[in-house]
Amino acid sequence: MMTIRIIPCLDVDEGRVVKGIKFSELRDAGDPVALARRYQEQNADELVFLDIGASHQSRETMLSIVEQVSQQVFIPLTVGGGIRSVEDMRRALQAGADKVAVCSAALRDPQLLAEGAARFGAQCIVLSIDAKRTENGWHAYTHGGRRDSGRDVLAWAREAEALGAGEILLNSIDMDGTQAGYDLELTRRVAEAVNIPVIASGGAGTLPQIRDAVAQGKADAVLLASLLHYGEFTVNDIKSYLADNQVEVRWSSHQSI
Amino acid sequence: MIGIVDYGAGNLRSVKKALDFLGAESRIVAAPGEIEGIEKMILPGVGAFRAAMEKLQEKKLIQPVAEWLAEDRPFLGICLGMQILFESGEESPEVPGFGIFRGAVPRFRQGRVPQIGWNRVRFSRPTLLSEGLEDGAFFYFLHGFYVAPQEASIVCGETEYGIRYPSMIQRGNIYAVQFHPEKSADNGLKLLQNWVDLS
Repeated sequence: MMTIRIIPCLDVDEGRVVKGIKFSELRDAGDPVALARRYQEQNADELVFLDIGASHQSRETMLSIVEQVSQQVFIPLTVGGGIRSVEDMRRALQAGADKVAVCSAALRDPQLLAEGAARFGAQCIVLSIDAKRTENGWHAYTHGGRRDSGRDVLAWAREAEALGAGEILLNSIDMDGTQAGYDLELTRRVAEAVNIPVIASGGAGTLPQIRDAVAQGKADAVLLASLLHYGEFTVNDIKSYLADNQVEVRWSSHQSI
Repeated sequence: MIGIVDYGAGNLRSVKKALDFLGAESRIVAAPGEIEGIEKMILPGVGAFRAAMEKLQEKKLIQPVAEWLAEDRPFLGICLGMQILFESGEESPEVPGFGIFRGAVPRFRQGRVPQIGWNRVRFSRPTLLSEGLEDGAFFYFLHGFYVAPQEASIVCGETEYGIRYPSMIQRGNIYAVQFHPEKSADNGLKLLQNWVDLS
């Protein structure tokens, strides 16, 4: 039986994790390498690094961070933000990423998904969708959620699967940062539309909301940022709660459920 | 010295990083001449059966790896590196694998495909690789195809994903796992250490 994955997301700008960190015991709280190690110790199932910096230098710094993390942290790493070409994918994978997430660039050129899958395998291509409710269903947005591409999210998810995406990272722009819970309807609709795993993102504020993303939203994994970075919950807190609520999660071998 | 066969697909360097972390000496093998001097071989891999065999062909690595396997020298196949030990994959039946094990490599027909995430391995037959690991330990999986060996005796670990399938096999000095020990945190590092320690 497959377990539900808890995936901390580190938004990195010019080499620093942003969105705020409250781990007082970390000397350098915004250090992505230290945070990655912390989350591995807490039984995080994977890690996602999103480069939100705009500059070329920020991209280079990100690759160096991934290189360092991959020498010390032995769980899967996904890198996203600014991946625009097969060459960008190759460099991220070469640095130590196991998967790459593409968003705007794939909407501009869907063949990027097919080319990446052919070259590196579908399992390393994650399609990131920034979804926002409109009068005509959900639309996929680009440029960090600022521009409407006009693409219907469900159609886009299905097309991406056909092209070779191995997984969908589904972020609700409407819920992001609200801590009011995931967009369950969006998550469920996308999860039912495709046969590849769906990672729910955006809106988590409480433990029951995380359970709902799985139980009602049919998500295979949940992405978390602020909730973890601010130290409100650890990954283990979330896993304990889910295990108590009939959701199977992974523990390291010395722990019992 | 451990040789990690690099045929240019996916993220093969993560195995090297895990071995570096464990303090085990290893080097990347990307040409036949580079096999000289290695005592153990790892064939890692993610991606497609056909692409892997074609890349190995391009790099003229098929024959040396086949000889290594025929001589039953210490070997660890990971994920696709397990699947291509079989005769052929369902995905591209015309492309032969190494064929040291008989059986098919079918695609999952249930659940979400690929399987991405952590799942349990039941050590149906304990081996030196499973020493110190709890039965049902979690490992990270990332695959759409699985092996269906004709000889049940080679199976030493099993996993459930809608069906029960072999996630670990062994015969002589040849070991292969469907999951990614290099991405399976403490359990994976323990299993790799066990393999490194095999004499």
